[in-house]
Amino acid sequence: MTVVTDVSAPAAPTTRLRVPSRWAFLARRLGFYLTAAWAAITLNFLLPRLMPGDPSVAIVDQLQRVSGRQLPPETLVSIQTLFGDPDANLAEQYLAYLGQLARFDLGISISRFPTPVADLVASGLPWTLMLVGTTTVLAFVIGTGLGVLTGWKAGGRFDAIVTPASTFISSVPYFWVALIALWVFAFELRWLPSSGGYDPDLEGPAFWLSALRYGILPAATIVFSAFGGWLLGMRNMTVTTVREEYVLLAQAKGLSPSRVVLRYAARNAMLPSFTGFALALGGVIGGALLTEIVFSYPGIGYLLYDSLTKRDYPVMQGVFLLIALTVLLANLIADSVYVFVDPRVREQG
Amino acid sequence: MSAPARTETRTLTRSSPHEAVLEVRDLTVDYIGPDGAVTACKDVTLSLRRGEILGIAGESGSGKSTLITALTRLQRPPAATTSGSITFHPRDGRAGIDLVGLSPRELRRLRWSTMSIVLQSAMDALNPVMRLGDQFADVLRTHYRDLDRSGARDRTTELLAMVGISADRARSFPHEMSGGMRQRATIALALACEPELVVMDEPTTAVDVVMQRQILAQVLRLRRELGFAVVIVTHDLSLLLEVADRIAIMYAGRIVEVGTASALYRDPAHPYTRGLRDSFPPLHAPLRELRGIPGTPPDLRRPPSGCPFHPRCPVRVEACQSTLPALVPLPEQEAACLLLTSEENP
Amino acid sequence: MNSSFGSNPKVRFGLVVVTFFAALAILGPWLTGTVMGIDPRANDISAIASPPSSEHWLGTTQFGQDVLAQLIAGARGSMFVGVLAALIGTVLAIVFGVTAGYFGGRTDHVLNFVTNIFMVMPVLPLIFIVSGYLRGTGLWMIAIIIGVFGWAGGARTLRAQTMSVRNRDFVLAMRMLGESNPRLIGSEVLPHLGGWVASMFLSAMIGAILAEAGLAFLGISDSGAISWGSMIQAAQSQSAVLRGLWWWFVPPGLCIALIGTAAAMLNFGVDELSNPKLRSATRKVVRRTRRVERAVAAETRTA
Repeated sequence: MTVVTDVSAPAAPTTRLRVPSRWAFLARRLGFYLTAAWAAITLNFLLPRLMPGDPSVAIVDQLQRVSGRQLPPETLVSIQTLFGDPDANLAEQYLAYLGQLARFDLGISISRFPTPVADLVASGLPWTLMLVGTTTVLAFVIGTGLGVLTGWKAGGRFDAIVTPASTFISSVPYFWVALIALWVFAFELRWLPSSGGYDPDLEGPAFWLSALRYGILPAATIVFSAFGGWLLGMRNMTVTTVREEYVLLAQAKGLSPSRVVLRYAARNAMLPSFTGFALALGGVIGGALLTEIVFSYPGIGYLLYDSLTKRDYPVMQGVFLLIALTVLLANLIADSVYVFVDPRVREQG
Repeated sequence: MSAPARTETRTLTRSSPHEAVLEVRDLTVDYIGPDGAVTACKDVTLSLRRGEILGIAGESGSGKSTLITALTRLQRPPAATTSGSITFHPRDGRAGIDLVGLSPRELRRLRWSTMSIVLQSAMDALNPVMRLGDQFADVLRTHYRDLDRSGARDRTTELLAMVGISADRARSFPHEMSGGMRQRATIALALACEPELVVMDEPTTAVDVVMQRQILAQVLRLRRELGFAVVIVTHDLSLLLEVADRIAIMYAGRIVEVGTASALYRDPAHPYTRGLRDSFPPLHAPLRELRGIPGTPPDLRRPPSGCPFHPRCPVRVEACQSTLPALVPLPEQEAACLLLTSEENP
Repeated sequence: MNSSFGSNPKVRFGLVVVTFFAALAILGPWLTGTVMGIDPRANDISAIASPPSSEHWLGTTQFGQDVLAQLIAGARGSMFVGVLAALIGTVLAIVFGVTAGYFGGRTDHVLNFVTNIFMVMPVLPLIFIVSGYLRGTGLWMIAIIIGVFGWAGGARTLRAQTMSVRNRDFVLAMRMLGESNPRLIGSEVLPHLGGWVASMFLSAMIGAILAEAGLAFLGISDSGAISWGSMIQAAQSQSAVLRGLWWWFVPPGLCIALIGTAAAMLNFGVDELSNPKLRSATRKVVRRTRRVERAVAAETRTA
C-alpha cells in the first residue's frame, strides 16, 4: 500500500509484470492522502467535542469578555460549528463544519480578537515553511552524505568517531540544543539576535537580509539535531548495500571509487531514506515548533505555543489542521519524486 | 596409464609462464576472528592456461567462494590473504603481475580488462536502479577513455547481440527482464572489455535446467570465438565434467585433487572426488547408481587432524588421522591422499 | 547469542546507562531523602541560583532548589512517562501490526490503513493540542496520550516481520492442522518478534521521554511533577539562559541525551547482532583484519 512496504518486500517478482504506469501508483497515493486529509479534518472536528468540559461555551465566554459585548449571532454560529453545538446533532454539525472549512473560515482568535484564525495562520505559515523546508533539506543532505561516508568506510576511524557522536547528538532534545545555542551565541558571544524572525525596522533587501540573519540560529539548531538521524539510517543502509552483489560487481568492474559509492551503493541505500524523508517531516515540524518557541520565531509553532498558553482554542485547532495538511502535501510530493528515483515502484503496488 | 599420457600431462603442468594466464601459488586466506584466525583456503596452487576452462568444485564451506573473492581481489574484512601469490601474465608478453601486492589504484586499472566476473545471481549482480545499457557504458568508458557515448552504445549492442539479447533491451531495468536474460546479460557484461580471464561463480544455479544448458553452450561458443580463459566455481561436479578442461576439487579449504575433466570422471584418485562424482547424475552419460557422501563438511574452526576428509572417508587407514597428505602427481591428475603415496612407495 | 549480546560494546554501554537511570528512578526518593538529605522541592533561601559548590554539587535553581536532587527526582518522572507510554505504544503496535500481518487480507487492509494514517499525522502537534485541552493533567495522562498517538512506526515494522514469520513452514503447517490463531500468535509468532518488540519498546521510551520534555517545556505537563523537561521549562521561564545559570538547564538536557544515546546504542547493537553485514563492519573486525594484512605485507617485504 505504501512505498515503504514496497521497498521491504522480500523478493521482487522475477517474471515480467504488466507495467501500470507511474501515474497509477501516484493516483493510489493521492487517494490515500486525500483519505488521510479527510481523517485529519474529522479528527480536528472531533477533538474539541470529545474533550471534557465544553470548549465552545468557554470560547464564547472568553470572546465576550475580551470584546466587552454580546457576540453577533453569525460569530456565535461559526464558533458552535467549529467547536460543538449542544442543540444540533453530530451529523448536522459535521456537514456545517465541512461547509465552513470550505470557505477557509477557521473562526476568530480569542487572544487577538477579532483577527480571523485563517489570517494568523497564513501569516505564520511562510516562516515555518521556510525554516522547516531549508533545515530539513540541509539536514537530509548533510546526514545522508556523512552516512554514505561512514557506511562506506564502516569500521574506519572516521566512522568510529562520527557515528557515536551523531547518535548522541540526535538524542539531544531540539529545544535544549536551541537553549544552549541561544546562551552561547546570542548572549555570551552576542554574534546573532536572540529572538524574532526579522528586524521590523528594515525594509526591502535589508529586511530579507535581516530575516536571513535571524534565521541562522533557529535553522542551525534544527539541522544540528536532525542530521544525526539521517546519518545513522544511511550508514546502516550503506553498510548493508555495500555488501550487495551489484556493488561487488561494480568494484570488480574497476570503476572509480566515487562512482561505485555514488551510482551503485549510495543510490540504492538512499531509497529507504527517501520514504523516511517524507515521514520525518511530521517529526521535524514538531521539533521546529519547540525551536520557534525558544527563539520567538514568528512561525506557526510560536503561534501554537502562544495559543496554548492563552487557551486560544480556535488558533490551536487551526494550526493543527494546517500542519496536518501541509505534512500530507509534503508526503505526496516526496512520493511523486520517489516514483522517479526507484524504477521498481512503478510495477509493484 | 600408458607412457604417452604421462608425457602429455608433464607438459600440461609444467607450462611456461607465458602459456599460463594466471598462476596461483600457496594462496592462504584467513578469516580473522576475535580468538584467532580461521583458515578458509590453505596453500592453494593452481595454474590456468590461456583459453582454458578450469572448474573448481566443492561442497558449501569448502572454501571455493573464499577462493573466488581472493582471486578477484574483492575480499573484505574479516577475510585476509595471509600468504601466497596470484600472478597474472598479460597476453602482450609483459612480465607477470602479482595481484596480491597491488595497490587499489593499480588493481582498478587491471580489473575487467584482464579479469572479469560473473556472479551467481544476476538479479543481485545488476544495479536495480540503473538501465542495463548504463551498466555497460560505465565500465566501457572507464576502461576505454576515448570511447564516446554513442561508441559505448554501439559496443553494448554488439555485446548484447553476442548473447542473443536485442539492442532495445539496453533501455530496460534489470527487474524488467527474465532471469535467463539477466544472466546472459551479465555474461555479455563480463566480456565487455575483452578480458583474458572470466571468473564465474555458480553461473547457472539461479536459472532452470534448459536455460542452464543454453548459457553454458553460449559460454563455450564465446570462449572459442574470443579465446578467454574461464574459472567456473560450482558445487555441481556433473556440470564441470561437461564443460571444463580441467577440474580442481576443494575440500576444507584445500585442493584435494586436480586434473583433466576426463581423468576425474573416469578415474578419480581421491575418495572425496569419487564420492562427489557418484552423488550427481551425469547430464549425458548413462545413469549410474547414485550415492551421497555420508557425514558433513568439517567445521573450519576445528579442522580434523591429519587428512581433513578422514572422518567421512570410506577407505581411511590409521595414518589418515595424523598425517596430512600432500598432492601426489599421477599421470593425468594430482591428488592428496595417503593411499596413493603408500601404493607408490610401499 | 547471549554471550555475544553482552560482549557487544554498544549493547554494554546501552545496558549500563539504561540500568543506571532505571535504578535512579527507583531509588530516587531514598537517594535524595536518606543519602543526600535534600528535598528536591525545598527552597534553600541561603543559596539562590548559586553555581555548583561542595554543598550543592550541581548548584541551585532560582528558587534555591538543589539541582542534583531535582535531577534525581526528575529521572523518576521522565522514566515513568517513558516506560508507561512505551508500554501502551508497544501493546498497540503489537495489536495493530501483528494482527494485520498475521491475518492478512481485509483485516490487514483496514488495520494497515489506520496505521498509515497515524504514521503521516504530525503526532507531536496533535499531542500538544490534546494536552492543551487537558491542561494540568498528571504524568499519567501525558504518558497515555503519548502512547496512544505514537505506535504507528512500530506497528509497521511488526507487521512486516509477522508476515515473514507467518509464511514459514512450521506456522503454515500448524495452521493447517487447525491450531487456533490466538494460540499460534502467542506461541509461535510473538516469540519470534521478541527482538523487534524489545527494540521498539526502547525507541518508544526515548520518544516518550523526549515528547514529555517537549510538553513540559511548553508548560502543559503536570506543573507539580518534577521531570527533566519541567526542569528545563522552569529554567527557561526564569530566564536562566539569559542570566547564564547553565548548571540549571544543562544537566537535565544531558540526562535526556544520555539515555537517548544509550537506547540508540542498544538498538544499534541489536541490529549488528541480527544483521551479519553490519557486524562485519565494526571497528574491531576491520582493525583486526588490517593488522594481519599489514603484518603479512611487512613479512613479504623483509623476506
